[in-house]
Amino acid sequence: MAELLRVATAGSVDDGKSTLIGRLLYDTKSLFTDQLAAVERTSRERGDGYVDLALLTDGLRAEREQGITIDVAYRYFATPRRTFILADTPGHVQYTRNMVTGASTADLALLLVDARKGIVEQTRRHAFLASLLRVPHLVLCVNKMDLVDFDREVFEKIKEDFRRFAAKLEIVDVATIPVSALTGDNVVSRSPSTPWYDGSSLLHHLEELHIASDRNLIDVRFPVQWVVRPRSEELHDYRGYAGQVAGGVIKPGDDVIVLPSGLTSRVAGIDTYDGPVDEAFPPMSVIVRLEDDLDVSRGDMIARPNNQPTVGQDLHLMVSWMVDAPLRRRARVGIKHTTRSVRAMVTDVSYRVDIDTLHRDETVDSLGLNDIGRIALRTTSPLCYDPYRRNRNTGSVLLIDEVSGTTLGAGMIL
Amino acid sequence: MPVTGYELTHLQMLEAEAIHIFREVAAEFERPALLFSGGKDSIVMLRVAEKAFWPAKLPFPLLHIDTGHNFDEVLAFRDRRATELGARLVVGSVQAAIDGGELTEDTRPGASRNQLQTPVLLDSITDNRFDAVFGGARRDEEKARAKERVYSFRDEFGQWDPKNQRPELWSLYNGRHRPGEHIRVFPLSNWTELDIWRYIAQERLEIPSIYYAHSRETFERDGMLLAVTPLTQPRVGEAVVPRQVRYRTVGDITCTGAVESTAATVDEVIAEVAATRITERGATRADDRVSEAAMEDRKREGYF
Repeated sequence: MAELLRVATAGSVDDGKSTLIGRLLYDTKSLFTDQLAAVERTSRERGDGYVDLALLTDGLRAEREQGITIDVAYRYFATPRRTFILADTPGHVQYTRNMVTGASTADLALLLVDARKGIVEQTRRHAFLASLLRVPHLVLCVNKMDLVDFDREVFEKIKEDFRRFAAKLEIVDVATIPVSALTGDNVVSRSPSTPWYDGSSLLHHLEELHIASDRNLIDVRFPVQWVVRPRSEELHDYRGYAGQVAGGVIKPGDDVIVLPSGLTSRVAGIDTYDGPVDEAFPPMSVIVRLEDDLDVSRGDMIARPNNQPTVGQDLHLMVSWMVDAPLRRRARVGIKHTTRSVRAMVTDVSYRVDIDTLHRDETVDSLGLNDIGRIALRTTSPLCYDPYRRNRNTGSVLLIDEVSGTTLGAGMIL
Repeated sequence: MPVTGYELTHLQMLEAEAIHIFREVAAEFERPALLFSGGKDSIVMLRVAEKAFWPAKLPFPLLHIDTGHNFDEVLAFRDRRATELGARLVVGSVQAAIDGGELTEDTRPGASRNQLQTPVLLDSITDNRFDAVFGGARRDEEKARAKERVYSFRDEFGQWDPKNQRPELWSLYNGRHRPGEHIRVFPLSNWTELDIWRYIAQERLEIPSIYYAHSRETFERDGMLLAVTPLTQPRVGEAVVPRQVRYRTVGDITCTGAVESTAATVDEVIAEVAATRITERGATRADDRVSEAAMEDRKREGYF
C-alpha cells in the first residue's frame, strides 16, 4: 500500500468543490448511509433544491444556522491503494488563515476552476498560497466540462493560462485534469467523453503520486524532543534522545554534531519500541543514542558536521498573520521552532504581498489579519534553522502571543 | 513491516505522528494524564504512549471516569492493563459523586449517566491539577469532532469554544495556557475506525471480549439493539431476542447499542468494518442521536 496522502482543497460552493469531494467519498465507499441520510434530511428541511454535501462536516450549530463553513474540516477516505486525509477549507473571508493551515501539512493542493469561467482571482490566490507553503504537488481540476461539451480547446486554453501564471510561482509539479464532478467524468475512471485527454483520472492520479521523495532525505536534522533516561535498575545507564526525524537519513556510525553547542559524537544506535533500526528518515519517531555522554537537551538539533543548519538569531520570514491586532515593528512575540521555544522582537516589516496581483507593497509598516508579508526578527537565543524552501520542518515557525498564548501567525524562513 | 525506498505505511505514519504528539505534551506540560476507558481507541492510544516513552515507564497516570454503569469485562481489563504497565490509575467515580450528594441522577426512563461524566471529569482534572488530558477521540467519529484540534484548548470551566480555536500548522503545537486552564490532546485525531482495527491486528492488542461477536439477550429500542442487563430492561412491547452481536463502541451500558455480527476475530472485524455503510456512533450511540449537534453541546460543557 502506498503512503498516506494529505490533500488540501479550498474554494466556494459554486465551483463544484463539494460535489467533487462528495463524489470521491461516495465512489470510494467512504460516505456512510446514516451520514448521507442526515444530510439529505437537513437539506430537505432547509428547503435546498439539492443535497448539500458541505453539511457532512459542517456540524457546528453556527455553521448549520448560517450555512457557512467556519473552519478547516478534515475528511478521511481510502482506496485499496492508498489512504487520504483531505483538509477542506472554506472559500470566504477567513480563508487565507484556513488555507495556510490546511496547506501547511499537505502533499498536494487540489484546485478547481469552472470550465466556463476559466482562471479567476480565487484560483490565483489558491495557487499562490500553495506555492508559499511549498505544497509539492498541485492538481488543477477543470470542472463542469459537461457544460462546455467536453471541448478540448476550452481545456487547453485554461491549462495554458494557468501554466503562464504558475511560472511566476514556485510550483514543482502541476497536473491539469478535465472533469465533471456532477457526472463523474475523469473523477474515478477515465471518461469516454474526453478521448483527446491522455492523462489519468483524478483518483488514479492521487493514488499513484509518489511523495516519499518530496521529503528532504539529504540534510540530517534531528530536533531533540525528549531525553530518555529510564533510571531503572536494568536500564541504569540508558540515555537516548527521542524525536521525529526532520530531514535526512540517520544511520548508526554516523558522525554527528549537536547544535547549538557544537559538541561532536557518533550515532551509537537508533532505537524504537519495536527494536533497533538501521536507518531513520522523516517522519519517523525514534530514539537516537550517541557514543559519548554529552550535555544534550530538548531544543537541541543533531546534524552532520559537514552539513549543518544555520545557527542564528536574525531571521527573515514570510508570515501569514492570523489575528485582528496588527503586527508592527518592535512587537515582542513568542516563537516555536522545531522543539525550541524562544522570544523574539520584530525588527522590520518589509512588505505586504497583494495575494491577487503578487505585487509587493513596501509602503506598509504593519500586517493585518489574513495579510501575507515579509518581516525580520531577532530572537533571544539562537535557532538552528534551514530555509523553508529547503526543509518545511526546520524552516517553519509559529508566532505566539506571550500574554494570552494565542497563535498569532505562521512564519516561513527565507 | 519492511520499509523500502524510504516509504512508511500509512499506519506507521499515523503512529509516528501520535508518538510525536505524546512526547511534545510530556515535554511541555507539568501534569498530563491519559484518559483510559478500556475501550478500543484508548487501548490503541495506550500502546502508542507505551512506544513513545519506551524503555522508560509512562511519565503520567491513567485517568478513568467510571459511570458505575460500565461493562464488568471492561473494568477488569482496565485494572489489569494498568498493573502490567506499572502505571498509576486515577478513577473519578460518578457513583461516588451521586452517593455524596454532589450530583443528582436523572432517573427518568431513557436517562443515562453520560451527562454526569462531565462534572466528574472536570472535578478530577481540577483535584489532580492535570494540565493536559489525552483522549482517544478521532475526527472521523462525529461532525463536531471533525473540526477539533489535536490540542483542544479548554477554559477554567472546561469549555470548548469551536469558533475560537487556535490554528494548528505543520507539526508545531502551541500548548500555552494559564493556570486553571487545560488542554485535551487527541493523538489519534487522524485515525479512522478501520485504522484502529488494523493497528489492533498489527500490534496483536488484546481488547475486551464484547468487541467480538457473542450471543446476548437483546431488544430493540429506537432502532438500536440494547442488551438485557440489570440497568437496561425491556419495556412492555419490546421483545427479547437472543442474537449474535458485538459492540462497535463501548460506553455506558445504558446508551451503547450492539450490532448484529458474526465477526469473532480481528480479521473478521476488519472485513466487517471495511464493508459497513454506517458510522460507528450512528449505529450504536443514543447519546449522539439526541440532536444534530448533540456532541457539540456536550463538548462545549467539557465532555470529550
